Amino acid sequence: MVGSLFQGGSLANYVLRLFVTGTSPRAEVAVANLRRICEQELQGRYELQVIDVLEQPQLAEDEKVLATPTLIKQLPPPLRRVIGDLSDKDKVLLGLEVRPAALADSDPKPKKK
Amino acid sequence: MNEQSNDAPVQKLPTGIGSFDVIAKGGLPENRTTLLSGTAGSGKTVFAMQFLASGIRDADQRGVFVTFEESAADIRKNMRSFGWDLAAWEKQGKLAFVDASPDPHIEIVESGGFDLGALLARMENAVRKVGATRVSVDSLGAVFSQFSDQSIVRRELFRIASALKGMGVTALLTAERTEDYGPIARFGVEEFIADNVMVLRNVLDDEIRRRTIEILKFRGTDHQKGEFPFTIVPDGGFVVIPLSAIQLKQHSSDVRISSGSRELDEMCGGGFFRDSVILISGATGTGKTLTVTQFLNGGAAVGERCLLLAFEESREQLFRNAIGWGVDFERMEREGTLRVLCDYPEVASLEDWLLTIQRTVEEFKPNRVALDSLSALERVGTMKAFREFVIGFTSFIKHQEIAGLFTSTTPSLMGGTSITEGHISTLTDSIILLRYVEMFGEMKRGITVLKMRGSIHDKRIREFTIDGKGMHLGRPFRNVTGILSGTPVHVSPADLERIWSQFDADVGERLRGSTGADVGERRRGSGERRRSP
Repeated sequence: MVGSLFQGGSLANYVLRLFVTGTSPRAEVAVANLRRICEQELQGRYELQVIDVLEQPQLAEDEKVLATPTLIKQLPPPLRRVIGDLSDKDKVLLGLEVRPAALADSDPKPKKK
Repeated sequence: MNEQSNDAPVQKLPTGIGSFDVIAKGGLPENRTTLLSGTAGSGKTVFAMQFLASGIRDADQRGVFVTFEESAADIRKNMRSFGWDLAAWEKQGKLAFVDASPDPHIEIVESGGFDLGALLARMENAVRKVGATRVSVDSLGAVFSQFSDQSIVRRELFRIASALKGMGVTALLTAERTEDYGPIARFGVEEFIADNVMVLRNVLDDEIRRRTIEILKFRGTDHQKGEFPFTIVPDGGFVVIPLSAIQLKQHSSDVRISSGSRELDEMCGGGFFRDSVILISGATGTGKTLTVTQFLNGGAAVGERCLLLAFEESREQLFRNAIGWGVDFERMEREGTLRVLCDYPEVASLEDWLLTIQRTVEEFKPNRVALDSLSALERVGTMKAFREFVIGFTSFIKHQEIAGLFTSTTPSLMGGTSITEGHISTLTDSIILLRYVEMFGEMKRGITVLKMRGSIHDKRIREFTIDGKGMHLGRPFRNVTGILSGTPVHVSPADLERIWSQFDADVGERLRGSTGADVGERRRGSGERRRSP
């Protein structure tokens, strides 16, 4: 499962997993919010895996996830978690340790997936 | 089908936790959620795990343990001391952990609304995986501390509680409280989440810790009320001391057994009853340990097994003293008629002592038990705990049809009673007093049978002496009064006669007319008797 995150040899330096419950409205909001933030701030430099805890409870167990939605930043270290529907963009970026300005300066070659 | 099960009376699931099922009148309500609230260190986690452990061990019922506080690894390690190999049960698929303990290495940022859907999915997964019928959640308060939005946590806990019911499991949820007598739980909502509420207390009273469990409510079903002391022991875990569980249903025996002294047997109207509890009260040195020694010897002489619980003297002292009275404890031990449990009372709490004694009795199966002395045990606990100990102990041995002889030391040399007696005299069937009597510059010893339930007995205070063969009863103290109050007064035979005749005359005056003849009869009779010695 973890291997699949690196498929295609892309320059995915952000590896993200989002745990949600089924297809609840909150899950859909969270996924939409996260995709928007990633497109804006991490264009092409991320892998996102969405996990439904109802289908894969063991993954939630392994990661000791309690709340849904929970966003886990696997890479780069350190491990960080953001819980909630990710509606507060600033907090999401804070949780992922992404600074928009610094990002724009340091990475001039964004790649689309 | 659902309809029917909703209407059916609440069933109880026997937990298997030592005596808890007695006070819970059968166990925890089945397919319900029960809150167990208690202060830090009151034994919540042990109870929660034992609920699962006894299910796995004794009833082949699998369990899921959800931990919000300690990590699963810590719990596995801590519970080893009770002899529960959690890791092995996990391997056998009988137990599953849902480890929801906080990881200090992971920083969590909250952004927007969330729920505990993942936790619920994990719990459902674990219950399904092992086929659990019992679930313990330890503890609810720790969930609140993991999230900043308390209202969400509150809502989610309700959801989890109702989901647990949907899973068809019997669930035990623990919660913290900040005081032993105060709000049921810290966040004020925990008690509404569960159907039933129980409280553990760990109160420091008079420098002595006292643990109790109380069932506050069982929705739709019965339970015993009030606080019950409990203890946590290494090989048994959580053990409740069920005081009111002991009903007064022991059938009374009219078989007499020997006190070990023929003369004392005569005073008691032919010996003690086989299932009676006898209290020997006296100041230090009046002959209590001798009475105990004779009692044990009397039992061993007819092949009965005797258990001596000694809290005042060392083994060596006891054995040497016995030899001094012509009783060989060592031989009795060799022959298997005697077992001696000798220790400082302070090494354990009263609850622990009660358990130790019960186990020894169950294993050795004695016919007689002597305890020397209750006063020494009194130091160990609070008055309430001591009283509970005596109630628990006396009813236990009566239930087993064992004769019990307890001693109690009076604080003053002359006369007096001890607090011990005040608390337990109603629980004993017989009370024998040993008292010093000062007579013309000499200390003499007096013995009297104060109470002998269900039997006539000698009501006089008799002198006794002690020699190399034990106790010898002599004549009654005729011309001494006030022995029991500790101020013996000598009365000359002439005064005695005058006092008695005056008393009789007064009585005679008042009663004259109606029962005059009777009084006259009595006066003549008593005067005669008093003149005779």
